[in-house]
Amino acid sequence: MSNTAISVSDLSKKYGDQVAVSHATFEVPLGTICGFVGPNGSGKTTTMRMLLGLITPTGGTGEILGESIKHPEKYLPRVGAMIEGPAFYPALSGKENLNVLATLGGFSTDRVQGLLEQVGLGDRAKSKFKTYSLGMKQRLGIAAALLPNPKLLMLDEPTNGLDPEGIQEVRALLRSLANDGTSVFVSSHLLSELELISDYLVMLRKGEVVFTGKMSDLMLSQQPVIIAKGANENDLTLLLAIAQKAGHHATIRDGAVHVQGPAEWALEFNRAAFNAGITLSQLTPQLPNLEETFFEMTGDK
Amino acid sequence: MWNVAFAELRKLRRPTLFFGTMGAVVFFSALFSSLLFLLIDSPQGNSDRGRMVGREVLGLATGGVQGFSSVGGFLGIIALCVFAAQTAQEYTYGTLRNLLVRQPGRLRILLGKFIAMKLFALIMIVLSAIVSIGASVILAPGAKVSTDLWFGADGRHAIFTTFINVTVSVIGFGTIGMVLGLLLRSPISAISLGVLWLLIVENLLIAVKNSWQKWLPGAQLQAIASGGAPSGRSAGIEYSHALLVGGIYVAIGATIASFLFVRRDVAN
Repeated sequence: MSNTAISVSDLSKKYGDQVAVSHATFEVPLGTICGFVGPNGSGKTTTMRMLLGLITPTGGTGEILGESIKHPEKYLPRVGAMIEGPAFYPALSGKENLNVLATLGGFSTDRVQGLLEQVGLGDRAKSKFKTYSLGMKQRLGIAAALLPNPKLLMLDEPTNGLDPEGIQEVRALLRSLANDGTSVFVSSHLLSELELISDYLVMLRKGEVVFTGKMSDLMLSQQPVIIAKGANENDLTLLLAIAQKAGHHATIRDGAVHVQGPAEWALEFNRAAFNAGITLSQLTPQLPNLEETFFEMTGDK
Repeated sequence: MWNVAFAELRKLRRPTLFFGTMGAVVFFSALFSSLLFLLIDSPQGNSDRGRMVGREVLGLATGGVQGFSSVGGFLGIIALCVFAAQTAQEYTYGTLRNLLVRQPGRLRILLGKFIAMKLFALIMIVLSAIVSIGASVILAPGAKVSTDLWFGADGRHAIFTTFINVTVSVIGFGTIGMVLGLLLRSPISAISLGVLWLLIVENLLIAVKNSWQKWLPGAQLQAIASGGAPSGRSAGIEYSHALLVGGIYVAIGATIASFLFVRRDVAN
């Protein structure tokens, strides 16, 4: 039996001349949480749709739980998914919406109330979907994805609209599912959240995979960063020039200069800034987080 | 397929849709049948388009189902709206992706939905038959119409054949609604185009050239409901012709829509 939950090779999707996904190749091991990141329009949702049999790839192959994506009927009974936000019938209650999906998939409707309680909707089960807040709709979408007791859970932006407490609950839920052996493939814009929970990462940029592998490998491969700010805002361009002249890759982001380089170079940088007449208000060497790495690799900022 | 049908029935039984539709069926069935008897002596006529249906016709074995047969076309319009809305809403709500994740067999989804909607239409037709025949029985004595032949062997046969004809017609209208829903992917567009075509465009075309009615889909389906209409809008269309031409329209539409449904990417 395959030890990968998802395995795709050269997966591509074109709409006319426009390439949505280009030769994507990656693997997600069983029983892990894999973050799926990329800027808007990078092809995340298109990839997920191809994996779920909703759209047909124009090239490449893929396997989900050991079955080819050409035969979604062989693996979808073991897959739970929420793609592009929760979509339900507004005039039906949350519980009835899940009953519809349970009946459709041939699952027992006895599980429905328990799932609603698991996602914190137990007391609003009989309210119509149209009366739900965005966060409640999101929770219902997660409950629907859990209906088949999935071996693989694919969630597209599951924390959209959730309050901090809700985000924390989803994080705990995903971790506990992974601990029980469920593989989780999750896309999110909240990179700090993904950094906390993901074991693996797939990063897309303009339809192409720019990184796939262990999260720890990605972070280790990244150069430390020195963040510097001058007392005067106009100093930023000068600081940028100093760093670049010294042969370091540097960018201006969030009102500070981010310089790739070892922590020891901070001393030299400080001295060069002083010589240029700049008084630094901040000089912080740090390891990059996922967000910084993301911007670095996707060139999004 | 049966799982899809049972899931669809959960949606169709929601009170506003179910009782709203059945309420309309009861109201119009009672209205069509009542007018036949209440306006029996009216010089403006007592049936559609000022047609006069006299006591001698209503006293025949087929008299008890005259009202039911007349309301058949209207039941078809209701079915078209329900089938179109139930199909197209999956696109507008984005719920189609949920359905396909839980049941990737696309033809199974279509067949399951069709079975459930046919059952819904059947309930409509049975209710309409009960109400219209019941109203006829209640109002016949007051209109001095004899009901002696209505429930004899010929009368029962007339009830059975009218029921079958109305069912075939209503399912035909419903299938056209489903096809429009699949093609247009919007309930409002599907319903408005369907109703506009059947109630306005076809009537205009027939007014321009009467012989065109033999080739228009709505006229065929209405003729089937009337068992081959001797008079009225679909006058002169033979039952077998209506069945053949109507069947061809429905089959071609269903084939194209099913092909597109199976092949099309679900990107919304």
